[in-house]
Amino acid sequence: MMLPGFPDAAPLPGLIGGVLIGLAAALMLLGAGRIAGVSGIAARAFGLAESALPRAGAWAFLIGLPLGALIITAINGSATPAFAGPVTLMIAGLVVGIGTLLGSGCTSGHGVCGMSRLSQRSLVATLTFMATGFATVAAMNALGLEVLS
Amino acid sequence: MIRDGLVPLAAGTIFGAGLTIGGMTDPARVRGFLDLFGAWDPTLAFVMGGAVLVMALAWLLQSRMRRPFFAEGFALPDRNDLTPRLVGGSALFGVGWGIAGLCPGPGFAALAIAPGEAALFVAAMLAGMVLVRLFEGPPA
Repeated sequence: MMLPGFPDAAPLPGLIGGVLIGLAAALMLLGAGRIAGVSGIAARAFGLAESALPRAGAWAFLIGLPLGALIITAINGSATPAFAGPVTLMIAGLVVGIGTLLGSGCTSGHGVCGMSRLSQRSLVATLTFMATGFATVAAMNALGLEVLS
Repeated sequence: MIRDGLVPLAAGTIFGAGLTIGGMTDPARVRGFLDLFGAWDPTLAFVMGGAVLVMALAWLLQSRMRRPFFAEGFALPDRNDLTPRLVGGSALFGVGWGIAGLCPGPGFAALAIAPGEAALFVAAMLAGMVLVRLFEGPPA
């Protein structure tokens, strides 16, 4: 399936992936009674945040993430995508860690779980990180900074 | 112990599969979506749309449930206050997301795709969280 005007877009895999993410978050909510926010779960696993989620549960969720990725790459056999270089990855990771802890969430907690609940905090958070994400990529492109090799 | 871990393990696995299928573990795909003023790639809008739609139904169901299927009770965020910390933190997060095209979930999922790169990102992310804790003290 192609999207007119966007030859590189993959709307169908995007939608299927999104539905799976939604089902996973729904399983956490309806099964365990908890929010599937990855930054919060990571902070919980490493003892950096208090949470109602048992620590074993936080680790189990985190271990599941690469497990799911492994299953899909084993089935699809897709090529390894390009990642940023080590210095860029460290700077980006540091900023993401500081930002998500201060902002109490990331794309999953605010973007998926909070927005779907019409949480005021999550709507503001999501609009904010989308805006600065757009601005960051635009600024980097304007400066000619290529990070993916 | 097993009960505590089984549902999150299944949820994490499905979550990681969804991230990978949707393209979230491909930094070029993510940065393509964030390149709104350039060669914009709308794929992630479909990921977000699909996930939010399913979760909206889950919230509807949740409002009719007295307790979750496999736990004693619901423990959900109940704050509604907009603070500089929320906005500032989210703004920073967006900058980091834009720089390398990775957010926390795909960072962990990518450990199975590009282990070295993903581990570096995840370690730096945890270091960032530790930094905040050093400034603010232990979690409340």
